[in-house]
Amino acid sequence: MPDNGEVIISIRNLSRKFNSVTAVDDVDLDVIAGEFLTLLGPSGSGKTTVLRMIAGFEKPDSGTISLAGKDVSQLPPYERDVNTVFQDYALFPHMSVAENIEYGLRVKGVSKVERRAASEKALEQVRLSGYGDRKPNQLSGGQRQRVALARAIINRPSVLLLDEPLGALDLKLREQMQIELKELQKELGITFIFVTHDQEEALTMSDRIAIFNKGKIEQIASPQEIYERPRTSFVSEFVGKINKITVGGEEINIRPEFVTIFRTESTAVSQLKGRVKDVIFSGAVTRYLVEADRNPMIIANNAHDSIEVGDQVSISWAKDKEFLVK
Amino acid sequence: MTISRGARYILASLMGVGLAFIYIPLSVVVINSFNSSKTFSWPPTQFTTQWWVKAAANEGVRSALRWSLLAGALATAVALVLGTALAFAVARYTFFGRDLISLLVVLPISLPGVVTGIALNSAFTKGLGMSTGLLTIVIGHATFCIVIVYNNAFARLKRMGSSLQEASMDLGANGITTFRLVTLPNLLSALVAGGLLAFGLSFDEIVVTTFTAGPGIQTLPVWIYNNLFRPNQAPIVNVVAAVLVLLSIVPIYLSQRLSQDSATGGRI
Repeated sequence: MPDNGEVIISIRNLSRKFNSVTAVDDVDLDVIAGEFLTLLGPSGSGKTTVLRMIAGFEKPDSGTISLAGKDVSQLPPYERDVNTVFQDYALFPHMSVAENIEYGLRVKGVSKVERRAASEKALEQVRLSGYGDRKPNQLSGGQRQRVALARAIINRPSVLLLDEPLGALDLKLREQMQIELKELQKELGITFIFVTHDQEEALTMSDRIAIFNKGKIEQIASPQEIYERPRTSFVSEFVGKINKITVGGEEINIRPEFVTIFRTESTAVSQLKGRVKDVIFSGAVTRYLVEADRNPMIIANNAHDSIEVGDQVSISWAKDKEFLVK
Repeated sequence: MTISRGARYILASLMGVGLAFIYIPLSVVVINSFNSSKTFSWPPTQFTTQWWVKAAANEGVRSALRWSLLAGALATAVALVLGTALAFAVARYTFFGRDLISLLVVLPISLPGVVTGIALNSAFTKGLGMSTGLLTIVIGHATFCIVIVYNNAFARLKRMGSSLQEASMDLGANGITTFRLVTLPNLLSALVAGGLLAFGLSFDEIVVTTFTAGPGIQTLPVWIYNNLFRPNQAPIVNVVAAVLVLLSIVPIYLSQRLSQDSATGGRI
């Protein structure tokens, strides 16, 4: 996250309807120069429409989008200093990898020699040196992804828009690309606006996350704050797992991994007592499903050899990990 | 899908019969064009190229061939421009009556040629006061040539999706540059395939042509029809028929090759 806090994109009262469906509903959003901002939400929540309006593929019904202080909401895509990495990559099938990457420079009239030098550098940055002469259909999904990235960053846009760029990749490649994207973003210092519906991806990569629901932003904050202090019930349920329990007439929300579980005969102070209904081992953590004072709870902890299904257990958590939501 | 051996034999023989029905008569026409007997006695006893030489020297045939090529080329050109424009409008934009327009564009291919012919003839001569000639043939042929181009272009545009154009505009290219550098190169093989098919259709069309050609112009099929019942012309008619068959194969073959080549290259 940059220190100066300069706003590069400022969105005010942005709305967009498709037929009678409101896709984006009066959204305000400030994007800070150099940050990695993720727009996170379920499909149909409006995140992609906001991204497409920033790119210029959709016109807003009302509201403004300012890029570096200038209202661009009515400008065509080719007059905006932003570039997009598309979900389906949208590589030009009739051009080689190098021609794809050089396209932006070519239409700006940059000479062939300069273009070639720039595309070689861009290929290097995405670790695809030597692939310039191939055609897109000779590349794997992950390689196409990198070409799409190189084609965008070669233009040095002030903002890079990424529309679910990792959606088509398998899990291993996805995790690797998450790290690479993050590193590339730091290295280039370009503002990234990244759209995804994958909450884990959002938590891993972002400086800030904006959570979209039904065309509105429910909360915008750092991943940690989103996770530990979700402001609305939608955010708390969309990001991570949540226990909603009633203790002494009071509603409490607590994340599964902040709850400790121990056998009843232990001397530790407990907040609730319950019975273990199921134990699910999944590698690094073990999940316990516990019925505690008529509250079904999920508890995620390190494996606890001695606890088995049917055991009476005590559970407790640090008071400051509880939170209330709207 | 797996099919039993018996079913396979039945299907294979049915296919054989079907193909034989179409191609044996056509090959008889081609063989007979080299048959030295003027009455096409079968089997042919002697090979000759004299009918081909005579046909090539025949002024009626040469003029008919020129008219056919000219009408085909012009109708195809008109169809390419209008069919592509229509395909763009329907594939890329939403507007009131879009589905209806799509239907209206495709409909002429299934209308009986005789109806189209009569309708066009009365529209040209009575409605517009035009005299029939090359222009009316071209318009008549364009009505069904457009369908072919439109269908090819529309299918390709749909498969291409809009993200290639969006990517191009996103990278700084305006609409015209995008069309020139991205859309057209990806559309081209579909347009050539559609154009060849359209030309093939126009080249051997007879019904609409009869009603729109007027007295001065004979295309090859019309010439064949007019000379069919003159016994001494029979060998030359046969040569012209053979030429029509062979010339029709070329555009269809090329068009199929093009469609296959680009089948995998359309969208990445």
